[in-house]
Amino acid sequence: MSRKSRRRVTAQRQAPAPVFAALGDKTRLLLVAKLCGGQPRSISQLTRGSRLTRQAITKHLRVLERAEIVRSVRAGRESLFEFNPKPMEEIKQYLDFVSEQWDQALARLKSFVET
Amino acid sequence: MENRIEKRIELKAPVSRVWRALTDYREFGEWFRVKLEGPFVPGQISRGHITYPGYEHVKWEAVVQKMEPERLFSFTWPHVKSFDPPDYPTDYSKQPTTLVEFRLEKTATGTLLQVTESGFESIPSDWRLEAVRRNDGGWTEQMKNIESYVAQKP
Repeated sequence: MSRKSRRRVTAQRQAPAPVFAALGDKTRLLLVAKLCGGQPRSISQLTRGSRLTRQAITKHLRVLERAEIVRSVRAGRESLFEFNPKPMEEIKQYLDFVSEQWDQALARLKSFVET
Repeated sequence: MENRIEKRIELKAPVSRVWRALTDYREFGEWFRVKLEGPFVPGQISRGHITYPGYEHVKWEAVVQKMEPERLFSFTWPHVKSFDPPDYPTDYSKQPTTLVEFRLEKTATGTLLQVTESGFESIPSDWRLEAVRRNDGGWTEQMKNIESYVAQKP
């Protein structure tokens, strides 16, 4: 990774891309499915068996990287990608929180209309 | 991973009663715990403030989308990262929004109400509502403390 691209990654880390938006694509979901087992994989490994080019896969990986769903790690001269579960856990927590608020509001609505 | 919230609830009240509780701004305010400035009108912004204890400083702002009598009521509303100053935003216009839909259906015993909230794609991944979580955790802890205290000293 060049110094320039490293700086770009740092800047992106400060403003994470929305998780759901990053996951709203079949190819990216497939990439996450391949990586979420925990084993880091190279771009070549991730391109294998896909009809897409290496460049296209790389582009999709960058989108996932911006959303922090994957991160790149160095293995010698090769750059590997690994799954980062944190953003998905966090957004799930947020949805659970909103869901809980609805449960409480609907319970209040129930007693409001039934009495 | 599901990016929408779906709730279904059986209400032992006629559809007309539930419709009124949802769309009359005063009745909505009663159970939702919000003080609204005026009636809901499709295409217009509904304003007010939350009356839920501890959240009285929080503004209510939603854009009413559809009002199909006794069938569908929907609005979009903003989400905020934090309800606590200084992170709490006073301007909602730049906040990500979601769509809330209430669907009503007549049943043998009353009304089936379905609530969906969608559009969470625009919520940034680093939202954790830490302040709220901390409070929740605090109370759960407190309850446990009281429980074990009572158990030890019957």
